[in-house]
Amino acid sequence: MRSVLAQAWAIAAKDLLLEFRSRTAFLSALVFTALVLAIFNFARDPTAVSSVDLAPSVLWITFSFAGVLGLNRAFTLEKENRAIDGLLLSPASRTALYLGKTAANLVFVGAVEAIALPLFALFFNVPLLDVLAPLVLVIALATVGFVAVGTLMSSMAVNTRFGEMMLLVLVLPFLVTPVSAAAEMTTKLFAHRPFAEWAAWLKLLAAYDITFVVLCTLVFEFTLEE
Amino acid sequence: MLIASAEAPALQVAGLTKRFGHVRALRGVDFALGAGDSLAVFGPNGAGKTTLLRVLAGLLRPDAGTVQFGGEQLVRSNAAQRRRVGLISHHSLLYDGLTAAENLAFYARLYGLAKPRAAAARALAGVGLEARASDPAGTFSRGMVQRLAIARALLHDPEVMLLDEPFSGLDQRAAATLRDLLGRLRAERRTMVLVTHNIDEGLELATHVAIQVAGAFAALGPRDGDLAAYRARYAEATAGA
Repeated sequence: MRSVLAQAWAIAAKDLLLEFRSRTAFLSALVFTALVLAIFNFARDPTAVSSVDLAPSVLWITFSFAGVLGLNRAFTLEKENRAIDGLLLSPASRTALYLGKTAANLVFVGAVEAIALPLFALFFNVPLLDVLAPLVLVIALATVGFVAVGTLMSSMAVNTRFGEMMLLVLVLPFLVTPVSAAAEMTTKLFAHRPFAEWAAWLKLLAAYDITFVVLCTLVFEFTLEE
Repeated sequence: MLIASAEAPALQVAGLTKRFGHVRALRGVDFALGAGDSLAVFGPNGAGKTTLLRVLAGLLRPDAGTVQFGGEQLVRSNAAQRRRVGLISHHSLLYDGLTAAENLAFYARLYGLAKPRAAAARALAGVGLEARASDPAGTFSRGMVQRLAIARALLHDPEVMLLDEPFSGLDQRAAATLRDLLGRLRAERRTMVLVTHNIDEGLELATHVAIQVAGAFAALGPRDGDLAAYRARYAEATAGA
């Protein structure tokens, strides 16, 4: 188990170092996030729909698509010089590979979200600080589920034609549950509803995370078959 | 089947078959090599040479047949077996955005080597790239990339080396460096399987020779000194391919 974690850490650190050097995917995701927030902000009619009503959907649309932009890079960078063969030749297990890629994606998507959240507060003027702790919990749980599934799908999509579009097609059906749950909870949080009203969604999200992290770890081995 | 030496085979292949759709890339390939033996596999494009190496490396699953390293059957989930094999492929398997030292240290960590940075520095010195350790692999020339790829393949001290067209695209100086390195591997009694179009380069390094045509070995035997005879056999075997 220790060696699996050490190998996963090596893979995650390598992915993050490569992204830190190029910043290609990170900047793309940030520009996309800023654009979506700006467009929604200027396109809405504040007299027709209040910010607080619209904000949760905008937040989760932004996070979902910005996240997918980031997930694409996870296995695309292994296509360069067929580096994926180097990983598969090494004694690193497929589990270590999946966990390493998932960890790097979590950091990547988390960083995009950390920058997007203040932008979101700025554009939509929502009372973020009042609900910051529970909102971070919701975002963290939704991100874990989203990234767990997205990393698996990214490994499947990378060798297909139009892989980036294919990833969207593959991953979006699996995002319905975590994104719906997260958007529901965000709505309740912004409306200052009691915990009892969104506790069931939180349990659903936690169950989704546990199920899909385990399932994706087990299934990942078969996605890398030739 | 060729039993290349009297001792227990370091690499034994039996009945290897691989099909891609209707194309039979490997058709019942058999051979065995002892420690220190090196087999050069010649063949035209599409003969299945690269497929053979990818199956030996565990990157492709054969449809039938077995591969054994030191008498132990190749199982892809067996990490200890993967440590026994080093592959130099058409591609470098390196990350252009990482420096030479970072690339090797990364692989050293995957192989669980103690002191990965020191292991990377030793491997770089072994291929004469220590002065370029801090430069990104993406800035290297073809010859330097190939030397770095060799350092990567040798990093974990594998018993069996698999080489796919290792001289392709190299200038004379880089090719000479590679020949020296491969000569050193032979002297260290590592088992090698070398796949190439270049008969002269292949014969120089080989103790045994195979000619592969349409997925099967058309000829297989120990290397003798007669280059002209090999050229004639190669031309004859590949005439219809």
